[in-house]
Amino acid sequence: MANPSTAQETQVLLEEQEKANEKRLDEILSAYQGGREELIPILQQVQQTFGYLPEAAMKKIARFLRLPESTVFGVGTFYAQFKLVPSGRNVIRVCRGTACHVRGSGQILSDIEKQLGITAGETTPDLEYSLETIACFGSCALAPVVVTNNKVHGRMTTTKVGEILDKETQ
Amino acid sequence: MNFEEIRNQATRQWKAIQQSENTRILIGMGTCGRAAGAEDTLEALNEELSRENIRADILPVGCIGLCYAEPLTEVVKPGMPGVFYGNLTPEIVPEIVKDYLVNGNPRADLALGIRGEGELAGIPNLFDLPVLKPQVRISLRNCGNIDPENIDHYVANRGYEGLVKALRMNPQDVIDEIKKSGLRGRGGAGFPTGIKWQFCHDAAGDNKYVICNADEGDPGAFMDRALLEGDPHAVLEGILIGAYAIGATEGYIYIRAEYPLAIQRLRIAIKQMEEYGLIGDDIMGSGFGFHIKIKEGAGAFVCGEETALLASIEGGRGMPRSRPPFPAQSGLWGKPTNINNVETWSNVSAILAKGADWYAGYGTEKSKGTKNFSLAGKVIRTGLIEVPMGISLREIVYDIGGGIPDGKSLKAVQTGGPSGGFIPESLIDLPVDYESLAQAGSIMGSGGMVVVDEDTCMVDITKFFLTFTQSESCGKCIPCRWGTKQMLDILVDITEGRGRPGDIELLQELAEAVKDDSLCGLGQTAPNPVLTSIRYFREEYERHILEKYCSAMQCQALVSYYILPDKCQGCMICARNCPVQAIEGGKRMVHVIDQDKCIGCGTCLDVCPPKFNAVVKVSGTQPLGVPGKPVPVAAES
Repeated sequence: MANPSTAQETQVLLEEQEKANEKRLDEILSAYQGGREELIPILQQVQQTFGYLPEAAMKKIARFLRLPESTVFGVGTFYAQFKLVPSGRNVIRVCRGTACHVRGSGQILSDIEKQLGITAGETTPDLEYSLETIACFGSCALAPVVVTNNKVHGRMTTTKVGEILDKETQ
Repeated sequence: MNFEEIRNQATRQWKAIQQSENTRILIGMGTCGRAAGAEDTLEALNEELSRENIRADILPVGCIGLCYAEPLTEVVKPGMPGVFYGNLTPEIVPEIVKDYLVNGNPRADLALGIRGEGELAGIPNLFDLPVLKPQVRISLRNCGNIDPENIDHYVANRGYEGLVKALRMNPQDVIDEIKKSGLRGRGGAGFPTGIKWQFCHDAAGDNKYVICNADEGDPGAFMDRALLEGDPHAVLEGILIGAYAIGATEGYIYIRAEYPLAIQRLRIAIKQMEEYGLIGDDIMGSGFGFHIKIKEGAGAFVCGEETALLASIEGGRGMPRSRPPFPAQSGLWGKPTNINNVETWSNVSAILAKGADWYAGYGTEKSKGTKNFSLAGKVIRTGLIEVPMGISLREIVYDIGGGIPDGKSLKAVQTGGPSGGFIPESLIDLPVDYESLAQAGSIMGSGGMVVVDEDTCMVDITKFFLTFTQSESCGKCIPCRWGTKQMLDILVDITEGRGRPGDIELLQELAEAVKDDSLCGLGQTAPNPVLTSIRYFREEYERHILEKYCSAMQCQALVSYYILPDKCQGCMICARNCPVQAIEGGKRMVHVIDQDKCIGCGTCLDVCPPKFNAVVKVSGTQPLGVPGKPVPVAAES
């Protein structure tokens, strides 16, 4: 049933997906005791596993920690690390720290935006790329810095951006 | 094992490395080194060594601070001084291996410097180089020297001596030692560390906490990352000493998730400490027990503020609360808590090992010791530096940093990140200490130092900082939430040509209000970039507002592009590349940019062949003689 042909089949697929997700979430939660201070570590692990914080997961975490759902949502939206929508398969992060800024990261960002056809914070419709900005990656001496899928590229130029995007798509 | 046995074993191991018959190759594998390609260099090294059949011990080390020269390696042949090679790309690796390791020519043309005993013709001592000579390495003492993932290396270099000494002292004597050293908080505010410890020590309560603030959120700062990656034990030892002095049995390291390598090295270090009995229920048989946990931050600048950090560890939104009560009285879960920054902790372990008087011998009367800075921006030698307090900005920018690249001129030095301010070129002889920087309107901050040159627009970079603080404002108090937004709106207007007379005064008024009335340090310091840029660069603001002129040509809305009729050859390259078809003209016709359509991207300037050089970028004015419609190219004279 790789290519669902009917709405019914799609529905079945989605339900299977949901069940699998729930199982993975249970596995994550089983390592915790249920204390309030565990909220952020749990959300971090969920974010890492699913690439975002699914609504159903946040509800379940709230029950697990005996917290109001609003509290979980509040924490999930407060920190930059958490996303409420899925990310693309390739995550490109452009550092917008001071050192990168004075060395032209603004131009590099707009170049990548142009090439991908999305703006920072968005994901391409085919879920291939997400483009994010980060406040500072802490590699200022190699500014400007672009991070693709956790690989750090220093001393970026607009021409190197193209090469790196090509490489990532392969 | 008791400490004596641990130390003997570590020393034996360290000596074995030093006296090995194999060549030793140290390679900087911090985040900076990796970003510059150190992993490829390492691979090439391994390949070349096996090709030439050379046995060598490769030692991955942390950052020695010469980030501009990454990937950086030190090659130590038995009985010879170590030779440093900078910018060692995989292409140069075979040359070094063949020429130096096989044929004995150290390649003075490629070497940066040497260290250790002995001399090599034509290669200077590394520590005599202008970049290192003014530096004093206390908190970074081991970075670049030892394998950060090997506790024995740390112990062999006087590691954990300070802790063992402290455990034999009365806790109050440990606090007094720190007071005597004059150490002040390196996180930014500069509060005396010993006094802070005393508050927490004196507070009533059994359960006390110590916390290491490693939430280095200032854009432009990477000192703490480099220190944790290069020498995690120096920080951990400091935390243990502080915990013992204060009477805390539990601790946390709150570290940004953006620093995965630092987190990994901390975890390895803690595990090694457990194996050696340096952390746990009864440390070195002293009866003092201490446990530590790592908490990963989730990306919020405000969590660098103490009370926000505590809220985040407790699992909530990282929002600050008003003080008092100070964390020393009521901190984590309402218990007395002492929070110090990474660099402070590393200094603590050095002070206990070597003594308060030794430490106080560095620095100025009120600012003792050394300070780490990440030197970045428009400076030739970027890197991580540690300098004695009181050094002048000039020495940092010109001696250590090597000046401004591309023959440009220095405009200002930004210290303290978004909480700091700009020090103009005219104050370049300012000594770097807490008081002098504050007087100039900036702050010491955690150590970000970004050099800006003539190509940087002061209004634009101020807007950049306000964009950051505005989006990082947690929203709890109105002065910060709305004040930063209003200041940002005005700055956006000025940079986009909508500035109005009176905007400068309005900005100043808002800045003062936000500074005075915000709940926490984020809001109280957010106006600093605005206030210092107006104080020292008011003319730039005025020209943006009145003449729509940006001297650095950074504000896109105030910049236009024109094609000079006497230079354009009608080759059509710019017209074809313009992303918005704003360029009119045909073959052998002088091209004209439709200023209404132009988005100011600068593509035409980039693609115009250098031999024609026909596109100009101007601000606040229009070059003479530019036609309104394409005209034929003038016949060549």
